[in-house]
Amino acid sequence: MTDDNVDSDAADSSTDSEYGFGPAVADTAASTSAPRIRAKRGGRGSLRRKLTSIAILVGALTAVGGGYALLAPSSGAADTAVSAADVEKGRQLYETSCITCHGANLQGVADRGPSLIGVGSASAYFQVSTGRMPAVSQGANNLRKDPKFTEDQTQWIAAYVQSVGGGVQVPAGNLRADDADLAEGGELFRLNCASCHGATAKGAPLSAGKTAPGLNEATDSQMYAAMLSGPGQMPVFSDNQVTPDQKKAIIAYVQSMKAQKDPGGASLDRVGPVTEGLVVGTVGLGLLMVTILWIGRKS
Amino acid sequence: MSVTANGPTVKGPKRYENPRTPQGKAGKWADERLGLAGGARKQLNKVFPDHWSFMMGEIALYSFIILILTGTFLSFFFDASMTEVRYDGSFIPLNGVEMSRAYASTLHISFDVRGGLILRQIHHWAALLFVASMTIHMFRVFFTGAFRKPRELNWLIGLGLITLGILEGFAGYSLPDDLLSGTGLRIAEAIMQSIPVIGTWVSFLVFGGKFPGNEIIGRLYIVHVLLIPGILAGLIGAHMALLIKQKHTEFPGPGKTEHTVSGERMYPTYSAKAGGFFFLVFAVCAALGGLAQINPVWLYGPYNTAQVSSGSQPDFYIGFLDGSTRLFPSWEIRVWHHTIPAVFWPTVVLPGILFTFAGAYPFLEAKLTKDRAKHNLLQRPRDVPVRTGLGAMAITFYAVLLLSGGNDLIAKAFDISLNAMTWGGRIGLLILPPIAYAFAYLVCLGLQRHDREVLEHGIETGIIRRLPNGEFIEIHQPLGPVDDHGHGLLQYAGTPVPKKMNKLGNPHTSKVRGFFYPVREKAEIEAELAAIEATEQERIREEHRELTD
Ligand code: HEC
Ligand code: HEC
Ligand code: HEM
Repeated sequence: MTDDNVDSDAADSSTDSEYGFGPAVADTAASTSAPRIRAKRGGRGSLRRKLTSIAILVGALTAVGGGYALLAPSSGAADTAVSAADVEKGRQLYETSCITCHGANLQGVADRGPSLIGVGSASAYFQVSTGRMPAVSQGANNLRKDPKFTEDQTQWIAAYVQSVGGGVQVPAGNLRADDADLAEGGELFRLNCASCHGATAKGAPLSAGKTAPGLNEATDSQMYAAMLSGPGQMPVFSDNQVTPDQKKAIIAYVQSMKAQKDPGGASLDRVGPVTEGLVVGTVGLGLLMVTILWIGRKS
Repeated sequence: MSVTANGPTVKGPKRYENPRTPQGKAGKWADERLGLAGGARKQLNKVFPDHWSFMMGEIALYSFIILILTGTFLSFFFDASMTEVRYDGSFIPLNGVEMSRAYASTLHISFDVRGGLILRQIHHWAALLFVASMTIHMFRVFFTGAFRKPRELNWLIGLGLITLGILEGFAGYSLPDDLLSGTGLRIAEAIMQSIPVIGTWVSFLVFGGKFPGNEIIGRLYIVHVLLIPGILAGLIGAHMALLIKQKHTEFPGPGKTEHTVSGERMYPTYSAKAGGFFFLVFAVCAALGGLAQINPVWLYGPYNTAQVSSGSQPDFYIGFLDGSTRLFPSWEIRVWHHTIPAVFWPTVVLPGILFTFAGAYPFLEAKLTKDRAKHNLLQRPRDVPVRTGLGAMAITFYAVLLLSGGNDLIAKAFDISLNAMTWGGRIGLLILPPIAYAFAYLVCLGLQRHDREVLEHGIETGIIRRLPNGEFIEIHQPLGPVDDHGHGLLQYAGTPVPKKMNKLGNPHTSKVRGFFYPVREKAEIEAELAAIEATEQERIREEHRELTD
């Protein structure tokens, strides 16, 4: 590496990337510290989307890409300082929405839902905030849905589950490490998570009809809670295996990757060679075949 | 050109002997030393027929040229070494990560070399286009019977080109040493090891020890920038030389025979067209390279044997092998106390069979049809239903494999279970090709029948007449002379048959109206053509005189 690596600083590259060719580095620096700022970035995002749609004639691909470009909702970290009033409100919500499947004392109901004793507020927060719970029916694939409860209500339910059954909790405060830990977060992500969620966090199907979802919509606290609670097929990443700081580094990495612009142009949904092949077959060869037919007609 | 054995005996200075323009002088200078003018003139006067389908091979040729140009640029900055370095460049999320120099230099090209990213992307898009266009070019040759005697050798060279193109692409895809391509190499290693008896040894030799070792990127680099491009260039040269020697094939039609070629002269018409087309191919590659991101290796991370990403896919041209691996049941077959791993069958045996069969096809067909004649005229796909059916069958087989290569993504996109995709692929692989065969066969017969009907009864004019007895009939325009019953006398000859009234008439009329030409009167054009013809005749006569007297 020569010195010019050093002098192309972040500010420079961010102007470059307006045109889609510069690295998207500057972004990552900003996005890690203040989650709220991300909402404002819609302006630049829409420029990219415009470029994207010009670039790619495949409407479908653009639609998918555009969908993913929507920014994740801002995250609320679970607050550990809970009041008795919150727990009480949580109990009421629990008794209207959860009790049929998880029982009056969280002990579970046979053939309906498992016991929630010991799962902790992390699991409850994850399940409710991602809309997985309350489950619509049993056996259905518990995919992410629009949450039924507000952030506050979710916190209350989680507090209630915690107060009755105990278990792991998502710590309060900022859950994202800062830029200095991005590289470590990346390594940890590729080591622990990429085998299911993919290196670009786009998700992939697992065996037996289960899917590791893409992480596009996951907020900081949902990611933290997922690691602590290991929903569905996902293993638990306890604090012994992946320390809290490492978890924060992973979160920082994933969120920065999601916020990064694609310096090379349209992202093609970042799924790699399959969409690339599709584009070369449809757009590349397609355009040239039209040209050929046109030239052929001229002669 | 009738040139006598002892060369033209020229009396007195001729215009072309004493050129006055600088170009002319330079040409003379060169010719006096190289003596190529005669040959070049012959080549430049070669006639190339044009049919749109003949240009697919040109896409492949031009993408190859683009690959060489962009690849040369990349090679100025790429460092094919597996020595570990700590990244310290402008892509912050990887700062401080241990990686090979190969990966670090790819990041350097992408983020710190001016124009590096776009050229990397053009290179990769052109690589995909290269293989894709060779594939459709091959389909064209197959479906029109262009591989028949005397062109079997060129068919074999073509197969060699496509095989090498695939290998070249795989080598290039592996060079950046990212997590995705490293996973690909690991699979390649597993495939090598699955070969009975020699497998372990082969893989040891290729990787220079245990996977991944410190050698493979350097070796692949030589293979990628020197060895295969060299062989490709040689084979492309041979391919073109044979094409020129044997002359181009043509579709049958009025005035087309087995012994002549008609079309545009190599120079200037054809070369102008070809040059223009080169820039169009370049434009498409550049547009893709500039607007659509390909192989964002910075998102994948450096290769690390401890890591793997779900949804790792090869480039599309390897996709069919990925698909066959996913579909093939995990049978481990024991032969002589030796277990043959399941990957051996779908990744070594299957492509071996496919490519052998493709190579043998021209000879098999000649044997089965007992057709030993030389052919310079093509066949329309509909006129050889069996071959067309076989081709449809092969394409379907390939398509099922290719789709299965991405079956995890399809499963995810359409929320189908992966198991269902796998079983669907297995069943599809067995039953769809025969269905495709039957379907293509029937379509061919149907098209033929329609041609014959038009030859016999004429073109539907759309004019309905009511007979005195009240019956309605449609008036048909016969294509040629008719017999006493009003049936056409033209024989079916495997040539295109006009199906609409506006396809009939003066062959020049199609030139009258065009994108770049104003609408002009037919008479005016005919007069112009006659004038051109006359001057041309005059010129040829004069030239002839100059050479012979
Ligand atoms: C229709 C029945 C049903 C309802 C209603 C329901 N759940 Fe569940 N819940 C389930 C089932 C079934 C599972 C197991 C899901 C799985 O394994 O994928 C589950 C799992 C959970 C888990 C994960 C347990 C673990 O082991 O980590 C939590 C937490 C949870 N539910 C909380 C709730 C909360 C809170 C509510 C109310 C807002 C609720 N559920 C409503 C059926 C239900
Ligand atoms: C063995 C595969 C596997 C591994 C490894 C894995 N996950 Fe998961 N992950 C899953 C599955 C499966 C789900 C879906 C669970 C469900 O819906 O019940 C999931 C869900 C999630 C979700 C929720 C996504 C959403 O939007 O609903 C997040 C966040 C998450 N995982 C993060 C991680 C992180 C971070 C790591 C690495 C530390 C990781 N996962 C490792 C399989 C895995
Ligand atoms: C003939 C067909 C060729 C094909 C199919 C091909 C294909 C590829 C592919 C797919 C890649 C991966 C690019 C990426 O990083 O995304 C690659 C990389 C590369 N190719 Fe080629 N290539 C060809 C010819 C050449 C030639 C002739 C040269 C040099 C003279 C060359 C030099 C390189 C270099 C240096 C890289 C690595 C650069 C990088 O990864 O950024 N290639 N090639």
